[in-house]
Amino acid sequence: MPERLRHLLAIEPLTAEQIVFLLDEAKPFQEFQRYPLKKLATLRGKTAALAFFEPSTRTRISFATAASRLGADTMNLQAETSSLKKGESLLDTVRTLDAMKPDCIVIRHSSSGAADFVASRLEIPIINAGDGMHEHPTQALLDALTIRDRRGSLEGLRVTIIGDILHSRVARSNMHLLGKFGCHFTLCGPAMWVPREWECSGLRVRRTSRIADALEGADVVIVLRVQQERLHEPALPLDEYILLYQLTPERLRLARPDAIVMHPGPMIRGLEIDPAVADGPQSCILEQVTNGLAVRMALLFLLIGTGSESDQPKGSTHAAD
Amino acid sequence: MLRIKNGRVIDPASGTDAMLDVWVEGDRITRVAPPVGGNAAGDAGGGAQVETLDATGLCVAPGFIDLHCHLREPGFESSETIETGTRAAARGGFTAVCPMPNTRPVNDSASVTRGILERAATASTRVWPIGAASAGSKGEALAEIAAMQQAGIVAVSDDGKPIATTKLLRQVMDYCRALDLPVIDHCEDASLFAGAVMREGRQSLRLGLRGMPAATESIAVCRDVQIAELSDCRLHIAHLSARASLELVRGAKQKGMRVTCEVTPHHFTLCDDDVVYDTRFKMNPPLASAEDRATLIEGLADGTVDAIATDHAPHEPASKDVEFDRAPFGVTGFETALALALELVHASKLPLARMVELFTTGPARVLGRTRRIAVGEPADLTLFSTDHAWTFRASESASKSRNSPFDGRAFRGAPMATIVAGRIAYRREA
Repeated sequence: MPERLRHLLAIEPLTAEQIVFLLDEAKPFQEFQRYPLKKLATLRGKTAALAFFEPSTRTRISFATAASRLGADTMNLQAETSSLKKGESLLDTVRTLDAMKPDCIVIRHSSSGAADFVASRLEIPIINAGDGMHEHPTQALLDALTIRDRRGSLEGLRVTIIGDILHSRVARSNMHLLGKFGCHFTLCGPAMWVPREWECSGLRVRRTSRIADALEGADVVIVLRVQQERLHEPALPLDEYILLYQLTPERLRLARPDAIVMHPGPMIRGLEIDPAVADGPQSCILEQVTNGLAVRMALLFLLIGTGSESDQPKGSTHAAD
Repeated sequence: MLRIKNGRVIDPASGTDAMLDVWVEGDRITRVAPPVGGNAAGDAGGGAQVETLDATGLCVAPGFIDLHCHLREPGFESSETIETGTRAAARGGFTAVCPMPNTRPVNDSASVTRGILERAATASTRVWPIGAASAGSKGEALAEIAAMQQAGIVAVSDDGKPIATTKLLRQVMDYCRALDLPVIDHCEDASLFAGAVMREGRQSLRLGLRGMPAATESIAVCRDVQIAELSDCRLHIAHLSARASLELVRGAKQKGMRVTCEVTPHHFTLCDDDVVYDTRFKMNPPLASAEDRATLIEGLADGTVDAIATDHAPHEPASKDVEFDRAPFGVTGFETALALALELVHASKLPLARMVELFTTGPARVLGRTRRIAVGEPADLTLFSTDHAWTFRASESASKSRNSPFDGRAFRGAPMATIVAGRIAYRREA
């Protein structure tokens, strides 16, 4: 068994072995989602604090449901109702949460590095549910689970990512994860959103601004959300984006016939993706959502379940702090 | 009377590098002579009480000048005061520091300047204030520059931000040309800067932090050099960090223009690859690429860079203990500046005498002053060791703030004593 995780802050520092272990741990929880009675007692008496400093629906519900199906309780903090609006610092807010003695904190925040920052200040396990433009590790894990199910393996796949790669934490986490399995990446989008620095990242990366080039021979196509809140800096006409980068059935035919199409959601039909593709046989968008539950259940189980580090008496490493 | 004996006197102005004793009486240097044998006060003392400072094994340099710092007083005393800031400066070997005007109120009038100088009367070092270029540093109307000059400012700047518009810059330069005051500019293109927190590159991509390209600075340097040419004004580029900026300064110097620049110790020591989610690595301009850093070091050695300046920017701990993108820009710098410069000396990237110039005659020249060890000169002296081993601990700093990226760094070489106007402002316990 690989080195035990204490937090999940990012995919980048993980080893391929740790990732395979996490995905394997998620397998039984995938099965579980098909059970008529979806309630375990595994984490009864445990509490996960969900600290969402940035609006989120699907990720928050996914974590809340994952915790609930494991029998854990949740404490919810949402940006709209939190004391952040009253000027409280992130550190004070999470210290307050911590004082209510949860077993872990799941954090979503608009600042890159927020999860690392909190993990460096508190003693309990931290799960990064998305930090700014940095990483979204559980998304990458659920995507990897989906790809592995559909394609049998993660090794050496040709992965095309379309959209605003510069600002996307989903793209970063996916590239870090799949890159550990020798995948080849083609990044495609308006040139200002496709940073050339990826080409010197050590990963096998090709950039193109032509979608036809990007799709040819692809095994996996990841369509990113067009973050409309970013279009204003500076403005890119939406019609222009649709014209050049919308994933349409005609364009998808350039990919391998068995290529799969993924989207981290929320998706806007008719903008980055044609409804016919979103609902077509190659789309795994809803499987991704279900797999999100399995991955998050596995993660909570590993981080705060019986036998996890938080159950052990505090060792010398803590005494030294 | 003070006798500094057996030191290696390095005086860039005269090219001196020799074992000499320096005698100080009152606030002036009264004698510079080869060491005499024995402990006799000898011929100079005439029976007066002589205090001896043994500088055996140490370098004795003219007093260090820091052209760029933030003492935060008035207005932000929870981060620093003139008293704590200058105490930290003295511990860093500085005998004179130039605080930027971005206080509250902004130092844009003679009364604020006088207030700073009154507070500085009991400070550990000399304080040479820099006045605002525009009223409130708002980038609209000129500040009371002539009145501030009479009150004691040594330059003008809207530091913290650039002089807002090209037209205003031209007015400031025309005006300061007549007053013979240098204009110091924080060079930055506002729209490229907006929202960015570090240098754009591999590391900003990796960390998901918004990056600004090197051109954010060099575009503004280009603007400034062209206006300086038009106005024939002295222009000093603050905290220069990019190769393209350095090349513009080099070009201006080759044309004979009075354009100078400074580089900070953090910019010649660290680069953007060192940035982690730790707000002690957040400053503006941000840490540059490794290639730019190499060029800055060449510039320090070849004379394109005129001064090492700290841009000491204290921030109270709570304000830095936040998310990276919400933290204020700035790092402290007084107490580590010399030791970081000595790292370049030890690595044979910078000759020792040149390093001393960068802390003394270089910054003095930027301000139109001189700095030398000679009879009749002010007794401002910096004694330092090139090999004293020590570790910097931010928690033990004299500054009120702790925001140094060099906390815990082990150094070889340190300031050992700082003499300001003939008075020992700091002396390191061996």
